[in-house]
Amino acid sequence: MMGEEFVALSLTPMLIGILAAIACALPGNFLLLRRQALIGDAISHVVLPGIVVAFLITGVVAAVPMMLGAAGAAVVAVLMIEAIRRLGKIEPGAAMGVTFTAMFAGGVLLLEQSDTSTVHLDVEHALFGNLESLIWLDATGWDSLLDSEALAYLPVELPRLLIVLIAMCVFTWVFWRPLKLSTFDEGFAQSMGIRTGALGFALVMVAALAAVAAFDAVGSIIVIAMFICPPAAARLMTNALGVQVAWSVVFATLSAVLGYVFAGYGPLWLGADNAVSAAGMIAAVSGLILCAAAVFGPHRLRGGAPSEI
Amino acid sequence: MTAIELATSNGTHMAETANDAALAIRGMTVSYGQKPAVFSVDMTVPVGSMTAIIGPNGAGKSTLLKAALGVIKPLAGTAHVFGQPVSTSRERIAYVPQRASVDWDFPTRVIDVVLMGLYRELGLLGRLRGAHKAKAMDCLERVGMQDFATRQIGQLSGGQQQRVFLSRALAQNADLYLLDEPFAGVDAATEKAIIDVLQTLQSSGKTVVAVHHDLSTVCDYFDRVFLINTTRVAEGSIKDAFTPQTLQEAYGGRLATGQLGQTALGA
Repeated sequence: MMGEEFVALSLTPMLIGILAAIACALPGNFLLLRRQALIGDAISHVVLPGIVVAFLITGVVAAVPMMLGAAGAAVVAVLMIEAIRRLGKIEPGAAMGVTFTAMFAGGVLLLEQSDTSTVHLDVEHALFGNLESLIWLDATGWDSLLDSEALAYLPVELPRLLIVLIAMCVFTWVFWRPLKLSTFDEGFAQSMGIRTGALGFALVMVAALAAVAAFDAVGSIIVIAMFICPPAAARLMTNALGVQVAWSVVFATLSAVLGYVFAGYGPLWLGADNAVSAAGMIAAVSGLILCAAAVFGPHRLRGGAPSEI
Repeated sequence: MTAIELATSNGTHMAETANDAALAIRGMTVSYGQKPAVFSVDMTVPVGSMTAIIGPNGAGKSTLLKAALGVIKPLAGTAHVFGQPVSTSRERIAYVPQRASVDWDFPTRVIDVVLMGLYRELGLLGRLRGAHKAKAMDCLERVGMQDFATRQIGQLSGGQQQRVFLSRALAQNADLYLLDEPFAGVDAATEKAIIDVLQTLQSSGKTVVAVHHDLSTVCDYFDRVFLINTTRVAEGSIKDAFTPQTLQEAYGGRLATGQLGQTALGA
């Protein structure tokens, strides 16, 4: 798999998978510790109706209206979750579950009723994305990485996800202290003047940005898995937040690379004819990593008896 | 002209009571639903005093503190600290929330929790220097927890957790210390250590306010009490405000209702 074929067919989907995985895993760390991990699930599902509505309004499948539609749907979902939670006095998990299933179902109905047969927009695409198709046909080998003409034809998802990932890193870096403080002890953070409500909303919005950007390229299955599995596995590896975030990046990368390779070559090694969905395999690998961390992770036994003085 | 004079004299009057006090709460009302948890409460804490907030369960003790700090948004009411609104004088306040209000499984070490007390000093991206760590270690030493600096917080006992929280408040280097049930569920040694620290703070001119449950230790630990049962029942020195009458007023009705309920259930 070295050489020109690899660069043209596998390099870009693999890189896009890695970028999407890390972009989702970074905010996932904080969502997990805030017991809000399901919000990633919610956002990645509500993206579908947002995209369908954007398509119905504009009539085209273009990046900008779809991103706006998805972001709008994410905002609506977050507000709906808060409203259901407060007005209905329902626990957050249930409020999220109700919101995202209802909105996803609405998106499916909209999609069926609208004339999207001519464009590439369907439920399967929404779930599994289209990672394998994000190839770089203009590449002729590793030299193409230095060839500006070939670089101009990189799949547009690659630079887009790179920008989103950089935004994730900047957000995490700049707001590290208030995020950590308000996640651990919200009341204390508020007493210091940190606006925890606004910060929590910003975290969810940043997560929504990652989910929306990743969704188009890799589908909601990876998004859901990457919000939860790498951070959860990372938590079992360490008792320090910074180290946990680093581990989550390692696990996200590992899931993307191994998942892509197994999906493409795994079935062939086992004697089957066809490759399987890369998105599905990446999500499955992240689940296996979580299992391994749960069994072998050095900090899997916690919260037990306090140590003696 | 008359109107302006009136406004000025009103303002001066307001300022006098607020300026004299370390903490001045006026007309504080908080509601969690239909029923108010705290109703129209005034509280005035003199500088250098040590005040216990006492009252039955659900009387609004913690709620009053949180509302004063802006942690809960009140329906009405104001809180001033040394004559300034709380929002502009946060650096003069240290707050110790209830130990049980946080997740002690959070991935962090003891020293990192204490360093959180330096957040206002450090800001978003200010570099953490050796001096900051030395200060945090000093604060840990004041509560006898210096040997636990690099421990994961999930490994601490309840008393140790409470000491770490107090240590974080010390790191804030404030003038007013607000503590929410600092003695809840701690061992005797920790209770002694905490009260020693608080009394040292008071002797250096700081003001301490603590939500407190154990009526038997009020006289030993504090010099003032504030009795609350949704509304203010009594406030003042131990001698004036901590009397059988005020306690009966704060606790009496509730105890009677509770006994009535138990009798009804038993029958």
